Amino acid sequence: MSRRARLLVFALGAAGLAVMFAFAVAGMPPFGTSEHPYRDLAVPAALQHRTANVVSSVNFDQRALDTLGEEVILLSSVIGTAALLRPTRRESRRPATRGGRVSDSTTLLSYLLLPVTVLIGLDVVVHGHLTPGGGFQGGVVLATAVHLLYLAGRYESLQRLRPLSWYVWTEGLSAASFAVLGLVGLALGSGFLANIAPLGSFQSLLSAGTVPILNIVTGAAVAGGGVVLLAQFFAQAIGTTQLPTRRSTS
Amino acid sequence: MRIFAYAVAGWLVLVGAMGILRSRNLIQATVSLSVAQSGTYVLLLAIGYQWEGRAPVFSPGSTPTSDVVDPVVQAMALTDIVVSATVTALLLALTIQIEKTHHTVDPDKLQQLKG
Repeated sequence: MSRRARLLVFALGAAGLAVMFAFAVAGMPPFGTSEHPYRDLAVPAALQHRTANVVSSVNFDQRALDTLGEEVILLSSVIGTAALLRPTRRESRRPATRGGRVSDSTTLLSYLLLPVTVLIGLDVVVHGHLTPGGGFQGGVVLATAVHLLYLAGRYESLQRLRPLSWYVWTEGLSAASFAVLGLVGLALGSGFLANIAPLGSFQSLLSAGTVPILNIVTGAAVAGGGVVLLAQFFAQAIGTTQLPTRRSTS
Repeated sequence: MRIFAYAVAGWLVLVGAMGILRSRNLIQATVSLSVAQSGTYVLLLAIGYQWEGRAPVFSPGSTPTSDVVDPVVQAMALTDIVVSATVTALLLALTIQIEKTHHTVDPDKLQQLKG
């Protein structure tokens, strides 16, 4: 199909979608309405389980099964990326060379920000049931923190601080413990991923039952998954070299 | 104002799809897909919005109220973002593989299937 024909087909489809979307919007409750039936159910349910962050309660208590699915999606994408990006026969791992120059201010800033970012990441994970944040957000911050070392121009120290197998195991084991926590609920007779831990007192660190536990487990899984994922791309960009095609047959 | 947020959401989805269609580079197509997906975030958050509504997070020191924006769609937006990030990672890995085997990232040049 030529580009012009494709564009024409798209224009027809887009126009159809736009018209239907306009009708759908016209039939919806007005923007900014105070009528939110889901909210009216979710907020009391969160307060009943003494969870201050209602979004966390939805994710890790009321819809915890969906979050398990989400975790599995993350795990499969990490596995898929690692499988796709493994070095082919024509490539070999090469030690990273110290290429390029990094200004001292960038290096200093990266070193200063590394502990700060790790702390922020841990804070976001641990207080996921009290303040905005949670396992997914904090996990991404933690995975990013490790890579400040790369910004500092030290790929070798990044590799040393990042024994990849640890992160691989972290990712796998935390995703598994999410499921195990669910099975514990089932074994106790409350149901899969039911909130079985003591609920504690509202708005304190020890509250919300299993929500903070699942947050920490998710944080570990996301941090591990993020590091493993980025490591595959780093290895492609920095750590592998393409051997000349002729030599590949020998 | 009433339909502005919905219009932005629809426009983002269409403009992202358009970007995929017109792209001559698989990386651009991947980024366009992310643009289309951000339309769904805007749509979800627009559905859950309430004028004068507070965030659905009762941090220590605040009193719980039911006058908050819808937390359910916010949780769904979070799921959406995670899925989008994983899809982006997979597509970029595929792009690297395609570049390795076909020596091009132009989707128009990838029309013949090779055994």
